[in-house]
Amino acid sequence: MTSIPQRDAYDVVVIGAGPAGLAAAALTAGAGLATLLVDENMGPGGQVWRAITTTPVKEKRLLGDDYWAGQRLVDDVRASGAEILQRATVWSLDRTLEVGLSIDGGARLVRAKRIILATGALERPFPIPGWTLPGVMTAGAAQTMLKSSGLLPQGRVVVAGQGPLLWLLSAQILRMGGMIDLVLDTADRRNRLRALPHLPPFLTSPYFFKGLAMMREVRARTQVVGGVTSLAARGSGRVEALAYEAGGRRSEIPVDVLLLHQGVVPNVNLAMAAGVRHRWDDVQLCWVPELDERGESSVAGIHVAGDGAGIGGASVAVHRGRIAARAVIEALKPEAGLALADHATLASELARAERGRAFLDVLFQPARQFRIPADETVVCRCEEVTARDIRESVALGATGPNQLKAYRRTGMGPCQGRLCGLTVTELMAEARGRTPAEIGYYRLRAPVKPITLAELASLPKGEDATKAVVRG
Amino acid sequence: MTRADAIIIGGGIHGCSTAVHLCLKGLRPVLVEKDYAGRHASGVNAGGVRQLARHTAEIPLSIRSMGLWERIADIVDDDCEFESHGQVLVAETGEELAACRARVAELEALGFSHEELIDAAELRRLVPAVSDSCPGGIVSRRDGAASPARTTTAFRRKAGHLGAIVREGMGATGIRRQDGLWRVDVGSERFEAPILVNAAGAWGGDIAAGLGEPVPVETVAPMLMITSRVPPFIAPVVILRGRKLSFKQFGNGTVLIGGGHLATPCRDTGETILDWRKLQESARTVFELFPVMRGATIVRAWAGIEARTGDDLPVLGPSAVHEGLYHQFGFSLHGFQLGPGAGAVMAELIVDGSTATPIDGLGIGRFARPSPPPAPRGQP
Repeated sequence: MTSIPQRDAYDVVVIGAGPAGLAAAALTAGAGLATLLVDENMGPGGQVWRAITTTPVKEKRLLGDDYWAGQRLVDDVRASGAEILQRATVWSLDRTLEVGLSIDGGARLVRAKRIILATGALERPFPIPGWTLPGVMTAGAAQTMLKSSGLLPQGRVVVAGQGPLLWLLSAQILRMGGMIDLVLDTADRRNRLRALPHLPPFLTSPYFFKGLAMMREVRARTQVVGGVTSLAARGSGRVEALAYEAGGRRSEIPVDVLLLHQGVVPNVNLAMAAGVRHRWDDVQLCWVPELDERGESSVAGIHVAGDGAGIGGASVAVHRGRIAARAVIEALKPEAGLALADHATLASELARAERGRAFLDVLFQPARQFRIPADETVVCRCEEVTARDIRESVALGATGPNQLKAYRRTGMGPCQGRLCGLTVTELMAEARGRTPAEIGYYRLRAPVKPITLAELASLPKGEDATKAVVRG
Repeated sequence: MTRADAIIIGGGIHGCSTAVHLCLKGLRPVLVEKDYAGRHASGVNAGGVRQLARHTAEIPLSIRSMGLWERIADIVDDDCEFESHGQVLVAETGEELAACRARVAELEALGFSHEELIDAAELRRLVPAVSDSCPGGIVSRRDGAASPARTTTAFRRKAGHLGAIVREGMGATGIRRQDGLWRVDVGSERFEAPILVNAAGAWGGDIAAGLGEPVPVETVAPMLMITSRVPPFIAPVVILRGRKLSFKQFGNGTVLIGGGHLATPCRDTGETILDWRKLQESARTVFELFPVMRGATIVRAWAGIEARTGDDLPVLGPSAVHEGLYHQFGFSLHGFQLGPGAGAVMAELIVDGSTATPIDGLGIGRFARPSPPPAPRGQP
C-alpha cells in the first residue's frame, strides 16, 4: 500500500476496492498492466467486506461466511502487484480519463488508459416524516460502525424498511448481543404475486436458503411486524417516537434509535459526472449506466463493474469485475488476455451468479409512499426543501431537477443532490405525469466528493508529462 | 404554418429578454430554445451585475440595463435575487492602481461617472478581508449580483405570460427567407414572421454564418466554483485587476469563485471538460488573499458554453445584409448584466426602428472593417 500515487499515469485506474474492484485490479495487475486501485476506506473490502483486514469482530460466526469470503480476493490483489491507495477520495473523472484524487489533505491528478469504476451502491433515500431528526440513521451507517468498530446501537432500537441488507444487519446486531425492540417490514405484499414468475430460478439460488435462514433467525429473537404501510418519526430535537400503520392499525412506540433501509441503488455519481450515459431501470427504480456486454460505457475507456453497474450483490460484482478487467487486458495487452478464461465462460459464470436476482428485484420494489413522500416531508435536507415546495415549483413551470434549481435550492447544497436525487426525479415525474426517464436527473459535476480549497490549492502545478494530456 | 410577429432563436437571457420587451410593445413573438431556457451560459454564469470595467463601446448599454435591474421585480414579477452591494476592482500593486487612475480619468472625460477611484482606506472599508498590501482600486457602487438561472427562468416565464409562444427542447432548423418572411421549422411545427432575432449564444455564430454574415467567434466555457458556507466576510463582488479572479459571497455564506479560466466546451453534447490545473490557480489565489477561505469545501465546479468574438464585444443590432434579421449574440463572457437592457434596445430597434441608447460600436458591420481595440476581459 502506498500513500501517494507513485506515477502520473497508469494503464488502468480501478476506483473502489469492493468485490468488483478487487477482482478487477487483481486481474489487470496480474496481467502486467500498471494498475492503481484507489479506495476511500481505511482498508480494502468496500461496504460488504468493510474492514475485513482490521475488524475487531474476530469471531467468524458473528459477521457470517459471506463476509469472510472477501479475504481471498484481498490476498489476490495484494499479491498481484497492483498499487493500492487507501484513504484516497476520487473527486473527479472526465472523458479524457483524468482522475482527480485527494489523499492526506493533498490533491493529485493521474491519467489512465482505461478506467474501471467500481463505486458500488448507495442506500436508496427513505424520506419519511422526521427522517432528518438526530437518532434516525440508515442501516448502512449502523453496519459501518458495527463492522469497523464493533459498535452497537444503544437504547430502544427500531429497524424499519425492507430488503436483504435490513435482515442481515438485524441478524448481525442480535448475534453480537445488541437489542432490537422491533423490526417493521415495509415490503409491499402485492409484490409477491408480481415476483412469482421469477420464483423458480430463485429457489435454486444461494439467496433462497440464506435469506430464509436469516429472516428466521431474526424472527426468533425479536418482534417483527409485516405489511407496514406508513412510517413517521417524531420528536423535538431528536427522535422520540415512531408512528406506523400495519394492516390498517395505527400504533406509536417510543424509540431512541431508528434504523431505516429500503434497499440499495447504484452509486452513479462519478460515472455521471464523467459524462457516462445512464438509463432508468423500471424494475430496480434507479439510474444505471448504459454498458456493453464487457462493461464499457458510452465514454470510451470507462468501464463500470459491480453494483455501480446495476444492483447484483457481491458475487455478481466479482464476476462483472473480471469481465471488465478482461476487456481492458484485451485492449491494452492482448497477448496477456489469451491466458484468461474467455469471455463466454465469464459471461456464463455471471449469469449463474445473477440467478434469482430478478425475483428479489421485484419482491423488494419499495412501495410508492416510501419513495415519493407526502407534502410536508423534507426531500432535500441540505436546503430543507419539502415535497410540497417541489410540487409547487412544478406547478409554476419547473420541468426537471436541473430546472428546479431556478425555483428552489434543491440539490445545490453540500450533497449536490447525491442524497435526494432519486426522490426528486420520481416526485417530479409523478407530479408531471411523465416517466423518470423523461424527467431526467441532476447534472452532476465534480467534485463528486467534497475537497477543501486548501487541498485544491495544493495540487502540484502542471509538469510536462501532465501537459501532454490530449483534451478532447 | 404559424404566423408570428417575430421569431427569436435562443432561450438565454438575451432571447428571453427580447421576447418580454417585444410583448410589452404589443408584438407576439415565438421563442425557440433547443434545450431549455438558461441551460447554458445564461443559467450558469457568475451572476455578476456589473457596469465596472467594461469596454467604453458597451457602457451606455450597461447603464441602460442597470436601470432595468434596479426595478427587475416590476418587469418579470421575481426579484431574481438581485442585490446591490457594489463591485470592486482591486489593485494589488502601485502600478495597477496607476492604471485604475488612468481608467477612471478616461471614463470621466467621456462623461461616465459610475466608476470611482478608491484609496487603500476605502478599499479596506468595503472589503475588510483584502490583503493589507493592496493600495486601492475602483468601485462601481450600484453594481451587484443576481441568480442567473432564476433570472433567465423569470424572463422566460414572463414572456410566456405576456403571450409569447415558447418552444423548448427542440432547435430551430431550416432557417430561411421566403416571400418576404422568415421561416423556421421546430420539430413538426413551422413558424413564419417578418422578423428573425439571432440570440443563439454559442450557436449564434453558426446562424450568422449560415445567413452569409460570418463573424470571428469562438466557443468558450469559463469555469466557476462554489464553496460551502463560511461566515459572512465580504459584501461586494471583488475582481482582481492583475490576476484572473472574481469573488462573490452570497447571503447564505457560500462563495462563488470565478475569473475566466476556461474549460473545454463540447458544443454538440453541451458538455464541458474542466481544467483542474487552472481551477487550482484560482484556488491558490483565494488561499493567499483570503485565509478565512482555506478550510472551505468546494461543492461544485462547472462551466457554461458561450461565444466570444474576435474583439470581445457583442454583436447587437440589425443585419448588414438581410431585411428583418437582427443579431444579439457573442457577449464574450460579460452578457448577463446586459440582458435586460439589450432586450429593451432590440425591441426598440425592431418596433420603432431606432433606439436612444448608443450601440454604435456593436453592429455586425464592424467585422467588414478593421477591428476596434480589444476590450478588457472581465466577468459576466
